[in-house]
Amino acid sequence: MDINFEHQQSAHCENGVASNLLRHRGMILSEPMVFGIGSGLFFVYLPFIKVNFAPGFSYRPMPGKIFRKLAKRLGIGVKHQRFSSPEKAKAVLDEKLKQGIPVGLQVGVYHLTYFPDEYRFHFNAHNLVVYGKEADEYLVSDPVMDYTTRLTEEELQRVRFAKGALPPKGHLYYLERLPTDYDLERAIKKGIRQTCNDMLAPVPIVGVRAMKWVAANIRKWPKTIGIKKTNHYLGQLVRMQEEIGTGGGGFRFIYAAFLQEAGTLLTNPALIQRSEEMTAIGDAWRDFALDISRIYKNRKSGSDVYEKLSDKLLSLAQREKEFFMRLKKDV
Amino acid sequence: MSAPDTKGDENAGSMRPLRINYIRVKKNEVPQDEGSLAKKNVHELCYAVDENGRYTTVPSRGWEVKTLALNESLELIEERIAATKSAVIAGELSPIAYFMELNRMDIPLLASYVGIHRWFVKRHFHPKRFQKLNKKTLRKYADVFGITVEKLTSGVC
Repeated sequence: MDINFEHQQSAHCENGVASNLLRHRGMILSEPMVFGIGSGLFFVYLPFIKVNFAPGFSYRPMPGKIFRKLAKRLGIGVKHQRFSSPEKAKAVLDEKLKQGIPVGLQVGVYHLTYFPDEYRFHFNAHNLVVYGKEADEYLVSDPVMDYTTRLTEEELQRVRFAKGALPPKGHLYYLERLPTDYDLERAIKKGIRQTCNDMLAPVPIVGVRAMKWVAANIRKWPKTIGIKKTNHYLGQLVRMQEEIGTGGGGFRFIYAAFLQEAGTLLTNPALIQRSEEMTAIGDAWRDFALDISRIYKNRKSGSDVYEKLSDKLLSLAQREKEFFMRLKKDV
Repeated sequence: MSAPDTKGDENAGSMRPLRINYIRVKKNEVPQDEGSLAKKNVHELCYAVDENGRYTTVPSRGWEVKTLALNESLELIEERIAATKSAVIAGELSPIAYFMELNRMDIPLLASYVGIHRWFVKRHFHPKRFQKLNKKTLRKYADVFGITVEKLTSGVC
């Protein structure tokens, strides 16, 4: 049961899996397109949830959302399944592979043997494709890797039934039917509109408002929780923004690539203009990460450093607010 | 593309000048600092613009800024492991606490892996209660940590 599956690396696992699964069936959508139509750009601040001893920040929506939205907007039929029994989960996977269907899986990162040690955290929302089985080894296409890899039955069972926050419970998904014809323009506009609404949402933990909240907290942290903890929290922010999967600058560059592609496709020069603006915003995010790393590097303290960081994040929030208000008018 | 150079100079005034290079999202300026990915010969895909302003992807070997943030987090884990280890040696905690830290877990996570309520897991951190644990329970913990029961009960070293 060998499936001729083309592995293509991507920045983010979920877009990559979606893009690769679709290409296998002859529907070509680039990673930025998947990301944009699925409204992947986001910002959320969860101060009451501690991840790795720091508050939760995320630059993307809940795992699985991007692919689900993409499927809905283009009329792609995706079958999702979760299991309570690992044996059943394995049987279904094997059966689908036998039918020649590549299968997407949600897995935990910690027990993925091919990842470098430094990246092995208990994070359960990673995605990969299994496209075959040889003896008792599964052929794995992990979109964030340069090359395809293999996992034994036991290793795969372990990552499919990882525990903790957002447990995968053997979650698998595969394409059932593709639309005969679809309206890409409508889907793109819908995706953009939702991203604008998300980012401008009148809730304090989401979008631009959440960035402002984080900025206010950066000002307070050194006094309330001390320098060491503040630095750790800021480190978490950098990791979420820049770590493998974001394509740099907290997904802003992928989004800029999407706007460029969409602008060309719909011959809408305004979108190309927005793409350039988004690139500049992404640069500013990288700049922000760089400033945080300077704090580690110099071991420099003093509240003015944090005041400056806070100001920087506030100005980023303001820039994004104006950006998304303009973008909303363009579609 | 707004070049953040001017901003960089402004910062240099307040902080010591740095070796970290300024990055911009130009194709030839995607950071290539040797990160932990490079060790396994893995590259990370970054989005950047080429000479004509078109978006393209470039494999990156890492970025020092990220490596610093990651190292900070790993140092914290190391610190916690060391602190727990000395507590176990001092007889304040059971080896379960040490192996939990070693596996980068916390109590709720360990509890869900072994299938024992976290209240009881916390009780098993007590050295005296740990001594009384039966083989079956020890087996559960050892399996989760990927070690033998003997290793779990023989203390940390």
